[in-house]
Amino acid sequence: MLSNAAGNFSSVRPPGHHPAGDAPLIRLDAVNAHRRGLSHLRRLESEAIFIMREVAAEFSSPVMLYSIGKDSAVMLHLARKAFYPSRPPFPLLHIDTTWKFREMISFRDAAAREAGMELIVHTNQEGLRAGITPFTHGSSTYTNIMKTDALKQALTAGRFDAAFGGARRDEEKSRAKERVFSFRTENHGWDPKNQRPELWNLYNTRIKKSESIRVFPLSNWTELDIWQYIEEEQIPIPSLYFAAPRPVVRRNGRWIVVDDDRLPLDPGEMPEMRTVRFRTLGCYPLTAAVESSAADLPAIVREMALARTSERSGRLIDHDEAGSMEKKKREGYF
Amino acid sequence: MLEEVQALRQEAHHERARKEHLESSQNAAKLASLADISAPRHKDLLCFLTCGSVDDGKSTLIGRLLYDTQLLMADQLADLEDVSRRHGTNGKSIDFALLVDGLEAEREQKITIDVAYRFFSTDKRKFIVADTPGHEQYTRNMATGASNADLAVVLIDARKGVLNQTRRHSFIVSLLGIRHVVLAVNKMDLIGYSQAIFDRIVEEYRAFSAELGFESLIPIPISARLGENVAARGEAMHWYRGPALIEHLETVDVTRGPAIRPFRMPVQWVNRPNMDFRGFSGTISSGTVKPGDPIVVAGSGRTSTVKAVVTADGELPCAVAGEAVTLTLADEIDVSRGDVLAAADNRPEVADQFTAHLIWMNDEPLIPSRVYLIKIAARTVGASVTDIKHRIDVDSFSKLAAKTLALNEIGLVNMATQQPVAFEPYGLSRTGGAFILIDRVTNQTVGAGVIEHGLRRAANIHWQALEVSKKQRASMKGQKPAVLWFTGLSGAGKSTIANVVERRLAALGHHTYMLDGDNLRHGLNKDLGFTDADRVENVRRTGEAAKLMVDAGLIVIACLISPFRAERTAVRESLEPGEFVEVHVSTPLAIAESRDPKGLYKRARQGLIQNFTGIHSPYEEPESPDIKITAEMTAEEAAERVVGFLSNAGYLSDEAGSKQ
Repeated sequence: MLSNAAGNFSSVRPPGHHPAGDAPLIRLDAVNAHRRGLSHLRRLESEAIFIMREVAAEFSSPVMLYSIGKDSAVMLHLARKAFYPSRPPFPLLHIDTTWKFREMISFRDAAAREAGMELIVHTNQEGLRAGITPFTHGSSTYTNIMKTDALKQALTAGRFDAAFGGARRDEEKSRAKERVFSFRTENHGWDPKNQRPELWNLYNTRIKKSESIRVFPLSNWTELDIWQYIEEEQIPIPSLYFAAPRPVVRRNGRWIVVDDDRLPLDPGEMPEMRTVRFRTLGCYPLTAAVESSAADLPAIVREMALARTSERSGRLIDHDEAGSMEKKKREGYF
Repeated sequence: MLEEVQALRQEAHHERARKEHLESSQNAAKLASLADISAPRHKDLLCFLTCGSVDDGKSTLIGRLLYDTQLLMADQLADLEDVSRRHGTNGKSIDFALLVDGLEAEREQKITIDVAYRFFSTDKRKFIVADTPGHEQYTRNMATGASNADLAVVLIDARKGVLNQTRRHSFIVSLLGIRHVVLAVNKMDLIGYSQAIFDRIVEEYRAFSAELGFESLIPIPISARLGENVAARGEAMHWYRGPALIEHLETVDVTRGPAIRPFRMPVQWVNRPNMDFRGFSGTISSGTVKPGDPIVVAGSGRTSTVKAVVTADGELPCAVAGEAVTLTLADEIDVSRGDVLAAADNRPEVADQFTAHLIWMNDEPLIPSRVYLIKIAARTVGASVTDIKHRIDVDSFSKLAAKTLALNEIGLVNMATQQPVAFEPYGLSRTGGAFILIDRVTNQTVGAGVIEHGLRRAANIHWQALEVSKKQRASMKGQKPAVLWFTGLSGAGKSTIANVVERRLAALGHHTYMLDGDNLRHGLNKDLGFTDADRVENVRRTGEAAKLMVDAGLIVIACLISPFRAERTAVRESLEPGEFVEVHVSTPLAIAESRDPKGLYKRARQGLIQNFTGIHSPYEEPESPDIKITAEMTAEEAAERVVGFLSNAGYLSDEAGSKQ
């Protein structure tokens, strides 16, 4: 059923590669851009590249969080553009909760290989040993231990002083007030009242030992921008984003995909086949699919333009309590 | 299970909201236009900010914009209904303000604390809105929002008219270089849509804003709550013939200044994947660049020509302002991060002194002559305020004398940087003329400024090259010159130990000089008192004197309380590596006070001396001094340690001097 996992890679040109010896590719729209001013996607692209170069120049040990979703795909693509012809001067870090869709893992490995970047994978081993799962401990405890704690462990172990994340300001209310360079204490905590004023693109990158900065190069992108950019740049993404018949069960009014036999079925519950896709990818029992027939990028972009619910409505953890994102961020969540 | 209940409740919300939303706002034409996204690449981007006083309805207006452009999603709407019932000020109906008050503290206090960024788009443009709080104490947030905006929507409550805060906000908007203003006179529904009141407010605003230099000022009467003249012209105000707010935002031309500006690109990162490729990565801040263009490295003045404009999508025939590129040059010239590449025939100014408007953003006031870090484009260097010409009263726009700037105050200042920097007046270039100031100890961003012009005197005073070098002078004395900087509380024993050190060094045949803080206050520093600002200046002057003596080849022994880390760091950084030896005489306050050799503590405790370090004024201990002297050591033991350090580190040998 998931045989096309990571298959997109073969069909897409890697950014920036043109065969040696050929005449360099010439981007014809540059001349038009001059007359018109840059389009919104080009401005967002330039801004993200600027932010990444600033981090590479001013921090001694940056890392890029890679969560395998569409935002990570765009962020990785932008990193490859930012430093071309060099490779991005930092590793990728994936926090593996062990509850990712199987396809996501193979996609992740292929993406890192393709970019020629080191991939660090970290799982909270204590959590794993304690048998923490989204079913036994509830989504809040699970997220805390397997995502937030795991992230803090990995950042401390790697002595990273800057960590890129793919969060966008349009995702959630407390994110709308997040800086591009978000200061974190020694304990990786976020204090919304103790953030530095951020003027122009003059980012204050000064920190003391053990403090760190989370950097969000996609801050000003919207979900629609992400999809339009993926379409325009032909960026590979996991096939879970495209509609296909998948085995699902209906829970709390949402479609949960049955990815493997670890999903405990309730008595009488029978998986059924539905044509569904994901707007956002997280851990599979915590991320719901939506019914959709959008099987390619143009169809997804069309669907997005008409969407009447926000993407995080598919994320169960955001609804635990009002202000729950803010709470998680204070504790060190991305 | 609690989660299940919550999820079910959410789902019920969604269903209801979806239905209501369809009934209330969906129409076929709008949907069709939204679906037509065939030309996304041709959409441009407008960043604007909304400002106004508390309760003028900023958040309501933004909620309305999102709602009317259908960017407010059904689940967000459902959340909003839920929150409106609990925290709303609008009775039972939806309170849009709650949509943008994202933080818990804000919802509790019913005010906006921080800048929030919102996004919406129409067929013609994508918009980024910076929503900034209206409270007086949050001026710094307004400046933050304005720094990246091209247009400001200034909100006025029609019932209240132009307020002090309206003037304040308009001034900051103007200072930050925004040239296009929409005067949105809100809550027209509450004054019976009166044209007379509207006209009076507009007239008053025009009168005071004439000197703020706005290119366009468009007044629009609106009701954000009811949506009148927001997305479309309403029925209620037939007398108004101008555009609705969104119509204006979609069409206003905010391109700034002359279309053709000279090429500038601050170098962010040197791109060196292998020995065969050396490129300079940065974002073009103005003008255009193409292969073959002659360029200059502002600062060093070295010139070359552009070999290629490299991007991951292939080499470009031409790149324009706003594009992030990598340039390769025809010649191997020295270029590093912070340099500005510029058109060879039109160079930016390079100087180490300039005049700027400075907005102070920190709870601790500005200390003139303290060395902060200035970040301007990709360059970070030490800089200090040498003169506050005046402070600006942003309510009356009048100029007031000032010795410092406190939080949210704005002044016109002269600044000096420790190395020359390339810049342009902010009016010509935002990238070239904007800077932030960072405190080098706390790392906080303490100020932000815009450069008005360079100072001529910097251009006219050139460094006189000397023929006998520091190395030669040191070599003749058979020593490596340095400053032994004794810091510690009054009565800690600095002078006593320093005297023993100097006696021993003299006995060994070394050339020394003692700069004693108390003695200097009788001459070089006799105009200075003991306020924080004067202490900073005291250390700066002593540091400069010590630097001259190091240049002369001497081992300088400086004894000053020098209570602040920032100034000791500044002296260290003004010298070459290894020339500053920090000696912390770490006698605790209780012991120093019990010794009280000059009776100063006693007088300070009696209130006869103000600003006494350790009692009224803080002492910031060195974090990692080169030498630490503790209270248990005798003066002789302490001196032994200092001389031992100098000897081991090679300061006292002939080779040290001649090897360099």
